[in-house]
Amino acid sequence: MIQTDILIIGAGPVGLFTVFEAGLLKLKCHLVDSIGQPGGQLTEIYPKKPIYDIPGYPSVLAADLIDNLLEQIAPFNPTFTLGERAEKLEKINDKLFKVTTSKGTEIVSPVVAIAGGLGSFEPRKPPIDNIADFEDNGIDYIIKDPEKYRNKKVLVAGGGDSALDWSIVLADIAAEVALLHRRTSFRGAPDSVEKVMNLAKIGKINLITNAQAIGLNGNGVLKDVIIEEDNKVPYSYEVDYFIPLFGLAPKLGPIADWGLEIEDNAIKVDTYDYGTNIPGIYAIGDINTYPGKLKLILCGFHEGTLMVQSAFKRIYPDQKLSFKYTTVTGITGFGEK
Amino acid sequence: MENIITVTVIDREDQTHVLEAPTDMAMNMMEVCKSYNLPVEGTCGGMALCASCHMYILSDHDLPEPSEDEEDMLDQAFYVKVNSRLGCQIKITEAVEGLKVKLAPIGGA
Repeated sequence: MIQTDILIIGAGPVGLFTVFEAGLLKLKCHLVDSIGQPGGQLTEIYPKKPIYDIPGYPSVLAADLIDNLLEQIAPFNPTFTLGERAEKLEKINDKLFKVTTSKGTEIVSPVVAIAGGLGSFEPRKPPIDNIADFEDNGIDYIIKDPEKYRNKKVLVAGGGDSALDWSIVLADIAAEVALLHRRTSFRGAPDSVEKVMNLAKIGKINLITNAQAIGLNGNGVLKDVIIEEDNKVPYSYEVDYFIPLFGLAPKLGPIADWGLEIEDNAIKVDTYDYGTNIPGIYAIGDINTYPGKLKLILCGFHEGTLMVQSAFKRIYPDQKLSFKYTTVTGITGFGEK
Repeated sequence: MENIITVTVIDREDQTHVLEAPTDMAMNMMEVCKSYNLPVEGTCGGMALCASCHMYILSDHDLPEPSEDEEDMLDQAFYVKVNSRLGCQIKITEAVEGLKVKLAPIGGA
């Protein structure tokens, strides 16, 4: 079991900067994120996009901002649980919460700060009515071990890098690989596109373009995918596995069931300290809402800063907190004298 | 009125909404829908990065071709048709006066 002062759910820019502000008050932080790397949307969705409204930076690439934040918080030794989604929240007593992740990791802390952005990123699932029936019975949204598909008939769908790259890998492993895409051109790295085209030419990948999957058949286990191709009558395509790779989309997920007041997919907070309706649980950044809310990174930084002041008072109700400027006192990291 | 155009949006329950939109505020169709509280999420804030403002163009306006970024994002959307566009990439200008769109189904995402 992990114990910390502030458990931060979400390792995006706001969650990361909160570690800094907490560190100034000598509060330790642990971060949980469903994605396997810190940075949230900035590293997952738009790492190469410039951001123009971070004070002091006329322009900064999203990925660089995250690198800078990680450097800035390093003195405060934050710990991370990455690639695991915060699943369950329990109140142990008046002072402590326990959060359990999707992989069973337990974290205990007096304060929980939800900095979950748009929610946790989940694979986009094709809108086929009975698709849930075949999940783990022929349909995979994530490839964990390509060996699973050895000598099998596999249909990959999608037009991005992961669809291209996995088709290339599976071409050597599976008995048959088909790649289904809604148009004829592919985005993704040019050399991956070229490789796929070459493999298609020599018959190692069956390219099905201008087409989409519209139905699934099978008795408990997936048997065929119904494909609708331009200018053709829909037909069924026999497979052992169907692997739709349409990227990730954010969902509020289990947080929605934690008893927090939710409005328009966001958590309602009091702007005094960004506390939620449950004392000890705060929400900062894009995931919260209040009158006048703007979903901006810089607003999230402000919210995290005020939030840790309130968190301190909750953790140490009898201690006085005196506010200090970093220009006067510098930064004293943990483990330094 | 000056600098105001009218666009028509059909929602997912087939209700028709006639909306007025200013041409001098650098708005796009996603933002116009949101400002009228129509159920368009616009999760990514208009960067062509989420496809939550997927809509079908019903009128025969000659819109600028979708960028590669927009096409890429439509690759990750569902129910994509030949007249599919991302609302965030349709700028509100005089050229789209009378535009008529239908919101694409949510789902799958």
